[in-house]
Amino acid sequence: MSAQKEPSRPDESSLPRADSSVTTVLTIAGAVLLLSLAAPQWAKFLLTIALAKGLVVLGLLPQMRTGLVSFGQALYYCLGAYAAGLAAKWFAVSDLILMIFIGGSLAAVLALVVGVLLSRYRSIFYGLLSLALSMILYGLLVKTEALGSTDGFNVAPFTLFGYRPEQDSVRNVMLVVVTTIATVSALVIHRHLRTPLGRMTTAIRDNEIRLEYMGASARRVIYVNYVIGAVLAGIGGAIVAAAVGHIDPEMAYWTMSGEFVFMAILAGTASVLAPFLGAAIFSAIHSFAFDVSPNTWQMILGASLLLVIVFLPDGLWSLFRRAERS
Amino acid sequence: MDQLVAICIDGVIYSSWLFTSAIGLTLIYGVMKILNITHGSFYALGAYTAASVTGTLLARGMEPLLSYLVLLGSAAAVALIVAPFLERGLLRFMYVKDEVVIMLITYACFLMLEDAIKLIWGVDPYFVAEPYGLLDSFEIGSLTYPNYNLLLIGIAAMSGLGLVYVLNRTRVGRLLLAVIHDPEISRAMGVNVDRFYLVTFSFGAFLAAMAGAFTAPTLSVVPAMGVDIIVLSFAVVVIGGLGSLQGAAVGAVIVGLVRSVSIHLAPELELFVIYFVMALVLAVRPRGLFSIAEARKI
Amino acid sequence: MKTKLLTLVASFSLALITTTSQADENAPIKVGVVTFLSGPAAGPFGVPARNAAEITAELLNAGKAPAPYAQKGFGGAPLQLVLVDEAGSTTTQVTEFRNLVQRANVDVVIGYISSGNCLAIAPVAEELKKLTVFFDCGTPRIFEDGSYKYVFRTSPHATMDSVGAALYAKDVKPNAKKFSGINQNYAWGQDSWSDFEGSMKQLIPAAQVGTSQMPKLFAGQYGAEISALLASGSDIVHTSFWDGDLEAFILQAGPRGLFKKSTVILTTGETAMYKLAAQIPDGVIIGARGPFGVFAPNNELNKWFSSNFTDRYNVPPNYAAYQMTQSFLGVKTAWEKAQAANGGKRPTPEQVISAFEGISFESPGGKVQMSLGKGHQAVMETAYGMTKKVSGKMTVEKVKRYPAETVNPPEGIKSADWIKNGFKK
Repeated sequence: MSAQKEPSRPDESSLPRADSSVTTVLTIAGAVLLLSLAAPQWAKFLLTIALAKGLVVLGLLPQMRTGLVSFGQALYYCLGAYAAGLAAKWFAVSDLILMIFIGGSLAAVLALVVGVLLSRYRSIFYGLLSLALSMILYGLLVKTEALGSTDGFNVAPFTLFGYRPEQDSVRNVMLVVVTTIATVSALVIHRHLRTPLGRMTTAIRDNEIRLEYMGASARRVIYVNYVIGAVLAGIGGAIVAAAVGHIDPEMAYWTMSGEFVFMAILAGTASVLAPFLGAAIFSAIHSFAFDVSPNTWQMILGASLLLVIVFLPDGLWSLFRRAERS
Repeated sequence: MDQLVAICIDGVIYSSWLFTSAIGLTLIYGVMKILNITHGSFYALGAYTAASVTGTLLARGMEPLLSYLVLLGSAAAVALIVAPFLERGLLRFMYVKDEVVIMLITYACFLMLEDAIKLIWGVDPYFVAEPYGLLDSFEIGSLTYPNYNLLLIGIAAMSGLGLVYVLNRTRVGRLLLAVIHDPEISRAMGVNVDRFYLVTFSFGAFLAAMAGAFTAPTLSVVPAMGVDIIVLSFAVVVIGGLGSLQGAAVGAVIVGLVRSVSIHLAPELELFVIYFVMALVLAVRPRGLFSIAEARKI
Repeated sequence: MKTKLLTLVASFSLALITTTSQADENAPIKVGVVTFLSGPAAGPFGVPARNAAEITAELLNAGKAPAPYAQKGFGGAPLQLVLVDEAGSTTTQVTEFRNLVQRANVDVVIGYISSGNCLAIAPVAEELKKLTVFFDCGTPRIFEDGSYKYVFRTSPHATMDSVGAALYAKDVKPNAKKFSGINQNYAWGQDSWSDFEGSMKQLIPAAQVGTSQMPKLFAGQYGAEISALLASGSDIVHTSFWDGDLEAFILQAGPRGLFKKSTVILTTGETAMYKLAAQIPDGVIIGARGPFGVFAPNNELNKWFSSNFTDRYNVPPNYAAYQMTQSFLGVKTAWEKAQAANGGKRPTPEQVISAFEGISFESPGGKVQMSLGKGHQAVMETAYGMTKKVSGKMTVEKVKRYPAETVNPPEGIKSADWIKNGFKK
């Protein structure tokens, strides 16, 4: 007997409706790409970074739907970045797609191991253990002078399928690649959440024990979601490494994970598009707050987080839902 | 031999500092099930208030020995002003929400308080060194330690023992234990749970502020000091088991000694040895060493 | 995505509005100034540097500087500062740099205290072809690991500090048998210690390392570390601590007798010297990362800078302030030289760059020569001294100056290699 969900729940579309989401995602992706290709250079850069971070937040989405908030996504974000950077530095890898692949793969390998341990935990312990692990990576990187310690190192300009883009078109190429990856990932996650394993995701948050009574393994679901999250974070990190051209251990610090959680809260977990919206809005708030005053930007961020949690617990995406329904 | 003595003394001093800094956090979690990230802000506020008030009063010719009372008073002031405001004005409405959400709310408050501190006190470091050197020092072997550290150890011991006494021997303490175990039933029995929450939160804040206030004379108060203490306190409290006082003590001792050993014998490891211990403990005992058994609600 | 759309439209329109035309000779020169305005590095470095930028720009615009800087602004065109906070991750800083160049359209960027940021920004400056001058960051790697056309650094890098410290240690304690260090466990501290250790091995080969303590950045509590230093029985203790950590260290080490037991070198000690005068005993070796502050020469330029700064901000300028002003004066020299060569017309960035390479100019700290990094990296002499209280006031005595060639590596040789090979030219 499958639980009948009330139609007002924003995070489950009712079964009989045709999967219009795929077309929605593709349309939005196309629109964003076209519009942004006409934007000024600095805006393209901002958007690339926002999309890459949105990818990491997308990885947080399945975990958050089980009710688990990971404060350690930065571990894989940083690992992906360093993997890509070291591939470029030591093995002369310069192909962007290869770098991203390496970043994601290394993240996957670590997650497959760590996930076994982490999937035993719930609630804040999940968050704290993930935090501890990312801080261990931070400590290791800072200690390693060969990798530049806190200064990090630069990543040489990338090539794409053997061709090195001109200075002027680097931003465009990056944008196209990132948007493609983001779209594909969003669709993959969307699909994943519709598989039996994916549907069990929200069931865990509702009542894990009853799920186990039904014979399903909550631990397996959490494990799979964790690895997915890690891969996406690794990919995001590799993209940022290539786009910014520099990596450093700060990428593993817990405040970086805090940023991702912030973005996830900001937009909510209702739709696979929400993470990207969250990342974009966070970047906008951060940018705006930064320009206003150096001693109040944290206050502005904190206040926005508070307002969203208190008044819009399902994130900003719920505004769209409400508009739709009314 | 000298080194062994140094390791022990340094370990004890650091552990007592860790303990005093962390008990506020574990108390609030134990009673209210809130992982209070604003803990770091209370610590910083205590330190800043203590440094500036004591510094100003000393400059105006206050009797130096009174500075210890001023330190204590600053901590109390911070707790009595900021904590109730936060609890009554905001947190009280959030108790129905998920643990993690409340933690994020305290994180937001922490961010805001960080900037508030910078706006009030500016970005320059403050220091008030007189209370540190006033009590002279003692010597062990070839090493000298200021007696102020004995004061810190004393404060840690008193806070720990005091709390244990209150919880187990006084009526208020026993009511608090009841609230810890089951707030709903306690409320049904007529216990004013809201008031207990307010008092606990304020007292937890006081403990954090006191740790900050008494640490202030030993170093320079800087804007970043709240951030670090959060992670350290978390590690200590998680190792010992959230909500457990003995756990916090044991956690503090473990971390303090491990750190002391690594500093004397293998200084390069110091950076992440604390996270390593935390991950290790969590891997073996997921809820910490002395965790309180909780019934799973179905 | 509705919001994304709006943001994009808004920013696009803004970009259209902010395009300017720079045909006018005396149109203001926009200078982007990036330094820490919040966070721990703000108090000791960022804010003094910002103050120095503001007062230098003001004095230059008014034409109130001594020769050869008497011309207003840069070559007659007034300076307009655009301040940016250096706080946040390197990704944020790279974003802000791009915004400065592409959105705010600055003509030149002067800034950066954090080595991580400098390393990340240099290639971006090359990509965007914008003249960028680093004023403070310490790592030698910028011009040793890469070469840049659009990037300059008008202060010597951090190798000079620790090499100078070792030379001074040799001068005052040639028979030292053991030396130890306590440095922050991040790139700055690690590099400072390895430079010092390497130099000491060359200068006093008989001396052994006692212990090298590397506490976490901003740890604040150094009880155990100080015990280890005391227990090591070292003749010399080296530290590159700064700001709150330096103050905490001084406050904790003093009462425990570390300053009596060992000769302590504070390579950035000048910033804490006056504030903690009561806690610093005599005989502590103090550095100012170059001939700045208390080590600055007693010439007209220094008097002009120091008195104006102190009058306005009520505190004497520290080395961060000196370094910032130095950058402005360096750019001014290059700009005006290029303008003269261009027949008095406003020079292009490339012309300024050609004029900038390899020049030497006078600053409040003394002579600056752009002789490393193919003419893009500055060298200066350095100075160290010992604290001494004279009638209750903190001063320095036994000041020794070390010429630029003895404390900076020669062109084309990496600092670490230079030290390892015994400072061979």
